[in-house]
Amino acid sequence: MKILVFVNHVPDTETKVKVGADGKLIDPTGVNFMLNPYDELAVEEALRTREKFTGEVVVASLGGDSNKETLRKSLAMGCDKAVLLKDASVRDSFAVAGALADYAKEYGAEIIFFGKQSIDYDGAQVGGLVAEMLGLPSVSVVVKLEIKDGNIVAEREIEGGHEIVHTKLPAVIIAQKGLNDPRYPSLKGIMDAKRKPIEEKTIAAVESRVEVVEMRKPAAKAQGKIIGTDASAAAELVRLLHEEAKVI
Amino acid sequence: METSSSTYMKGGSFLLQETDATEIFTPEDFNEQHHMIAQTTDDFIEKEILPHIHEIDEQQEGLSVSLMKKVGKIGLLSIDVPEEYGGMGLDKTSSMLVAEHVGKSGSWAVTFSAHTGIGTLPIVYFGTEEQKKKYLPKLGSGEWISSYSLSEPGSGSDALAARTTATLSADGKFYTLNGTKMWLTNAGFADVYITFAKIDGEKFSAFIVEKGFPGVSTAPEEKKLGIKGSSTRQLLLDNAKVPAENLLGEIGRGHIIAFNILNVGRFKLGASVIGAAKKTITEAVVYAKARKQFNQPIAQFGLIKQKLADMAILTYVGESMVYRTAGLIDHILESVDKKSPEASKKTLKGIEEYAIECSIIKVMCSETLDFVVDEAVQIYGGYGYSEEYPVARAYRDSRINRIFEGTNEINRLLISVMLLKRSMKGELGLLTAAQQLANDLLSMPSSGNGEPEGIFASEQKMIANAKKIAVMTSGAAAQKYMDKLTDEQEVLAHISDIVMEVYAMESVLLRVKKHYASDDKPNELYVNIVRTFVNDAMARVEIYSRGILSAIAEGDMLRTYLTVLKRLMKYEPLNTVITKRAIADALIEKDRYDL
Repeated sequence: MKILVFVNHVPDTETKVKVGADGKLIDPTGVNFMLNPYDELAVEEALRTREKFTGEVVVASLGGDSNKETLRKSLAMGCDKAVLLKDASVRDSFAVAGALADYAKEYGAEIIFFGKQSIDYDGAQVGGLVAEMLGLPSVSVVVKLEIKDGNIVAEREIEGGHEIVHTKLPAVIIAQKGLNDPRYPSLKGIMDAKRKPIEEKTIAAVESRVEVVEMRKPAAKAQGKIIGTDASAAAELVRLLHEEAKVI
Repeated sequence: METSSSTYMKGGSFLLQETDATEIFTPEDFNEQHHMIAQTTDDFIEKEILPHIHEIDEQQEGLSVSLMKKVGKIGLLSIDVPEEYGGMGLDKTSSMLVAEHVGKSGSWAVTFSAHTGIGTLPIVYFGTEEQKKKYLPKLGSGEWISSYSLSEPGSGSDALAARTTATLSADGKFYTLNGTKMWLTNAGFADVYITFAKIDGEKFSAFIVEKGFPGVSTAPEEKKLGIKGSSTRQLLLDNAKVPAENLLGEIGRGHIIAFNILNVGRFKLGASVIGAAKKTITEAVVYAKARKQFNQPIAQFGLIKQKLADMAILTYVGESMVYRTAGLIDHILESVDKKSPEASKKTLKGIEEYAIECSIIKVMCSETLDFVVDEAVQIYGGYGYSEEYPVARAYRDSRINRIFEGTNEINRLLISVMLLKRSMKGELGLLTAAQQLANDLLSMPSSGNGEPEGIFASEQKMIANAKKIAVMTSGAAAQKYMDKLTDEQEVLAHISDIVMEVYAMESVLLRVKKHYASDDKPNELYVNIVRTFVNDAMARVEIYSRGILSAIAEGDMLRTYLTVLKRLMKYEPLNTVITKRAIADALIEKDRYDL
């Protein structure tokens, strides 16, 4: 089976990020980056799919040279080949999806895995957009996946419960936490990854439809205030909530 | 490494010559593979070990072993096992990186390192082909767990005084072992014990003993001060029958195995405690920012900042020494042909070249961790004394590091004794340098040629002077006591203290010079770390050298020495209140140890 998994290179959850000088992007200096945790689930599911059906797993990422680190980790987990869709520009989800869909088509993927969202911009759009662009069915927030004779049974999370859906290959599967327990890159995997190729492709520039105008950190939370300790404080509380906080 | 064409720094030579910053290996020089190995180890520890740290400490049945098998699947147990026996056969830098990241897991780190180090390496380096084939694949995968037993109830540092005996049967097929071995890490669940016994009561030799051999059993668990999650028991050998082919190495050469394996253990211990120190500093920083007293986070107080800075400086210095040494060892081992039948012997010889550096790392890094956990408890205050918070456990777990792998006292003696021995053998020019220096110093003040330049000009001069002090004191001590010097343990230990400070100062300076101190744009944080450490270390060097000189000389002679010392101790003192506040502020801003 021709299995494709898309991964994103995102700031490490432990890193403190700062807004850059232009007020539109984060300042990447001193920030550690990592394989997006939801995409790690996607890589694991892609590898399990290959283990079941044989074939190959290609991992692809859109971005600059630094994304190679994330591609290398995916290779160390066991992916066979990596592709860097080289692009230094800033794109919205739609423009990203366009580039990924083009590559997925060119590769001829039979199944495409995504993570639910990237933990940097939290768009949660790209997987669904790619499926639409390719005219493929997509199942999002998948927590359980079974594939048999080209038929897919996927369990997805919905509010307060699970939903089971059926569809057919080729399809786009969008992973949610709980789908699997991603493997750690083994030492052998790490050594093998050195020998696996990372192919670089230059992609065409496209215009984004959404523009970031400003990025800012939420205002620091103000100190709590104790108005009083018995019922007599209620009136003052109501007044403050109404006049100062303006929530009632 | 016998070839004259291969160049390497001789062990201990840092004391007598200058090293160029470009020549040393530092954490900034890790390659992509090193980073990935560190990351995979760190992820495993964070996700699989740390969440279970309480159950591990309670020795929950089967837990540590199952985690060992799990980590074995990733390959972390087989880094030092050669590829032909199913291992990875990676460089020592990788091995140290794994040790560092495992190091933050307390008890489990001890389980891990006892197995991969002293439990597995004796077979890697001294096993026969059959022994390697039989045991290494199982040990490398975690299918079997190994344990190591050198100490006995009556012999610890004096390992060769062991009383366990081994007697060959009349048909030559097996040895009968009798005795009690002490402090075996992993004994409770080990499948294999590397054991030492004296054949015919005199020839100290090593054996591979399996759990199932007749007459082999273990005593109940020891109740320990710390690392409570690691299994520690006595090994009881009661007419234990060990097949003759399980003799490890040569008859009567057990001490070669014991001492060589300890060398390796020492530098790995250094890496491991640095990992633990980084974790504890992060916890202390986070706590100090959250804890408010007098209406402000205690992290804002000068005395807390001073502690955080001291903890971080020592840890950074320790890390610099650890990986500088890893680089030295990897460089010397590059010339070893892994396929050659002599590979093990040459590898050990390569590591042995840096036995002095290995001992330095062992002592300084274990004392750094003890300092760090002690100050962390202090920062937590009353909460630090409560088992509800992580630092109480860190405090208890740290203490063993100054005792095992050769006590710090034994290692302090080893450092100066090895330096002097190598000088007597003509391998190091310490004594000649001492003679030369004595003439120079007594005749006239330093002529001033070849003065260091650049951003660290004064620190380089201080280090050069500290080297002179080391040379002067050791030369004077050797001259005074001659072959009786080994009886003067206090003097020897202080000589080692000076030597250690020299290695520490130089390692951190060269690292920062290599990466953060290009003259056009030096990084202030790292420059501060170097200046502060060198300033504080010089004060300690002065105390040690006064101690030595007052012990070996008196009257005019002593006054002459002290005049020379005063001249070598001339430097501008640094305002460390400012530098330490700045270093602490960097930690506070980053919310963790991230240097």
